[in-house]
Amino acid sequence: MKTGLTTLWVGCLFSIPLWMTDPYVLHILVVTGIFIVAAMSLNLLLGYAGQLSLGHVAFFGIGAYASALVSLGFNVQLAPGIVLILDPQPVWCGMLSGVLVSGAFGWFIGKISFRVRGAYFVIVSISFAEVMRLVAVNWVELTQGPMALNNIPPLTLWLPGVGEHVFWKKPENYWLVLSVAVVSYILIRRLVRSRAGRAMVALRENEPLATSVGIDVTRYLVLTTVCSAAMAGAAGALYAHYIRIVDPDVFLFIYTVTMVIMVITGGKGTLAGPIVGGLIFGLLPETLRALAIRPEVQWIVYGVLMILVLYFLPAGIVPAVRQWWQRRRSDAAAVRAST
Amino acid sequence: MDQLLQHGLNALMLGGTYALLGIGLTLIFGIMRVVNFTHGELYAFGAYMMYMFVMLTGANFFVALVLAVVLGVALGAAIEFLLLRKLRGADIDTTMLVMIGAWIALQNAEQLAWTGVAKSIDNPFPAAPLVIGAVSVGWNRVFVFVVALALIAGTYALINHTRLGKAMRATFQDRDTAALMGIRIGTIHTATFALGSGLAAAAGALLGPVFVAYPTMGDLAAAKAFAVVILGGLGNIVGATVGGFILALAEELGAGYVSSGYRDAMGFLLIILILVFKPTGLVAQKERIG
Amino acid sequence: MTNIAAGQGAFLSVEGLSIRFGGLVAVDAVTFEVREGEVLSLIGPNGAGKTTAFNAITGYLAPSAGEIRFRGARLNGLKPNRIAELGLVRTFQKTSVFGGRSVLENILIGLHLRSQQRPLAILLGLPSVAREERTLETEARRILEFVGLGARALELGSALPYGEQRLLEIAVALAARPQLVLLDEPVSGMNAVETASFMAKLAEIRALGVTVLLVEHDMKMVMGVSDRIVCLNQGRIIASGTPAEIRRDPEVIRAYLGERYARAHG
Repeated sequence: MKTGLTTLWVGCLFSIPLWMTDPYVLHILVVTGIFIVAAMSLNLLLGYAGQLSLGHVAFFGIGAYASALVSLGFNVQLAPGIVLILDPQPVWCGMLSGVLVSGAFGWFIGKISFRVRGAYFVIVSISFAEVMRLVAVNWVELTQGPMALNNIPPLTLWLPGVGEHVFWKKPENYWLVLSVAVVSYILIRRLVRSRAGRAMVALRENEPLATSVGIDVTRYLVLTTVCSAAMAGAAGALYAHYIRIVDPDVFLFIYTVTMVIMVITGGKGTLAGPIVGGLIFGLLPETLRALAIRPEVQWIVYGVLMILVLYFLPAGIVPAVRQWWQRRRSDAAAVRAST
Repeated sequence: MDQLLQHGLNALMLGGTYALLGIGLTLIFGIMRVVNFTHGELYAFGAYMMYMFVMLTGANFFVALVLAVVLGVALGAAIEFLLLRKLRGADIDTTMLVMIGAWIALQNAEQLAWTGVAKSIDNPFPAAPLVIGAVSVGWNRVFVFVVALALIAGTYALINHTRLGKAMRATFQDRDTAALMGIRIGTIHTATFALGSGLAAAAGALLGPVFVAYPTMGDLAAAKAFAVVILGGLGNIVGATVGGFILALAEELGAGYVSSGYRDAMGFLLIILILVFKPTGLVAQKERIG
Repeated sequence: MTNIAAGQGAFLSVEGLSIRFGGLVAVDAVTFEVREGEVLSLIGPNGAGKTTAFNAITGYLAPSAGEIRFRGARLNGLKPNRIAELGLVRTFQKTSVFGGRSVLENILIGLHLRSQQRPLAILLGLPSVAREERTLETEARRILEFVGLGARALELGSALPYGEQRLLEIAVALAARPQLVLLDEPVSGMNAVETASFMAKLAEIRALGVTVLLVEHDMKMVMGVSDRIVCLNQGRIIASGTPAEIRRDPEVIRAYLGERYARAHG
């Protein structure tokens, strides 16, 4: 029953471009979809493993830049006499690089996160993202700095028999992003419902007890950050080839905050949380814009909304809805039992 | 050599204000264990208050300075009372995220009120700089340095030689025992947050006229404040003071000899390196306050 | 007094264990061994250093001096999860369960070491993972039945009454299939009925071939279940031997009941 509903729901999502032809709406959906993938990846780290990572945008940005640079090619001098040249590679190669390079940075962060805990890890993660931003701004030879990397090629698929197909149009990009989102969801679901997922949650809930039954803290922190970073890198790569311009603003702290708001209000540590949060905060700006509300006011609304959710629904919307649903069912059962 | 001296002199002025920011945050972070994301906004608030009083109402510069600090203290107390009180037992994520929400709201409110255009603030000091041999420094910067030192000394005296300070130190060491000894933790928290915020506002009020006021100025200030806290060790005022000057020096040297673009990266790099290799900070032996 | 010296073939051998905190000596050159299959109890007044010794043995604290060996392998400096892999699992003095997880999930977490799933297999969704999950669930339910919590499988760990939480703790430790389990005050806070029930459970655990090292204050239980007893006071071993020997030992009496009682009844 549940699988049937899910398939129906996903099928509906896939069908949207068939009847919704407004390219602007599709554009919003694509960007929202990209953010949802990023939010899901953050949820793995923040929600399940309980790591207060506020530098997540770093992985997103690294994925975007890596993918863009690999598909555009680059020529940099690392030191007198040492030059690094790469010719432009096919886009799928770039996207793969985005995932791998992000994952590698994730490995590094995972390794040090064991030594740096709690509030200090928050600070380190924010600093990491800022350093990345400043590198992107200043290493002009590689990244073009604030002038941005332009003309990033869109995704190109080569299918035997059909030939080459370039993803220029919105519907195709929408399907691509939706597919990546679905795959990401499945991967996360598999991870959290396994031994690895239990280990992450155990470390979050009661670390001494978790280690006493053999769970290796470093190993699972690293596994979580690598998966989380790689997925954020994939989102970044999608962003690079859809928007087709990447500049250092992709590392701004405000994007981390957006992802955090999505995860927290949706419900951290739940599978549906980041999706609900992503839909709300991906689509909300557009509705507010339609009402001609200034962006500053919009952000004030976000800030206040987040504070309210934290006060009244600290676990997020999804768990609150679930609880309410449970209570309704048990109330109904009690009523039935008493009559 | 002269260049080095000049950098050193610049670092002195900047270091004083970084120290103010850092001391304020180390007290809040140390005593309340709150990752205070609004700290930068108090810095911006101080600067904008100076703008408002000096440029819009024509008030006396020094009066405006005092007012800006007092209002900063009040705003800090209000934030603590309205937002943090209710979160007393909550876990660190929730508190941190509420602070982020407050930060977003405050910064955008500031943007709404003052627009994104940078505002410059007049100061009453002579334009010609003070020249000492081969180096020179503007009088306004000398003023900033002197006031910053005075505030640092005042805070040190408050923490170490008053009853309130003693209560704050006790709360830092062991909150539960302090409560059992009759210390009202709620009052201490409000006082700490107000004090820390006041220092941040003071830093902003001092630096605003030296540079300019713009809505996102608080972000960088907050980041540097965290760097100073980590350099000096949690709760350590002397450490934060020293840390403030070290950070300023590192920035000056980095900007001068490496690349000016990476100036702001200095703070972040220091944070990462220290937390990974020497988590208790460069100055502190162990966590203590005072 | 039977001499307990650390021998080569000992299951767990603790030799010259010392733990210092600054100037305070919490454990002072403690030497004892645990033999395979036995139940050894560590007793002593509060502050005698029992839990501190536990923490050092299981890797939560670094000893200042001494050697700890388990079946020949040196435990000094190993992380707790590595020590658990070697077959040594502990419980905690203050009730420690995964409160936000269901009782069943608690056991599943305890079964961590018994599971083979590799990250890649998990991500690929290979059928072996689903198969193993089913096996693990069956095993988890079996363990819950063993401690008598079968009916509580889906309840939250934090929702259980105190006595059942302690049972859950034991169950989680057993799930890791230890060869030696260190129980830190397992019956503290339990009433007489619960304690008696626990003693019976302990006998069943023994029958499974698990060696037990116990820290306890409840003398009745200690005398009832132990093969041998080691008594600590102020960080040092003051007596060791069978329950009968310990009951008569003047040093033990003096440590627990004071000098005057010892002289009055000595």
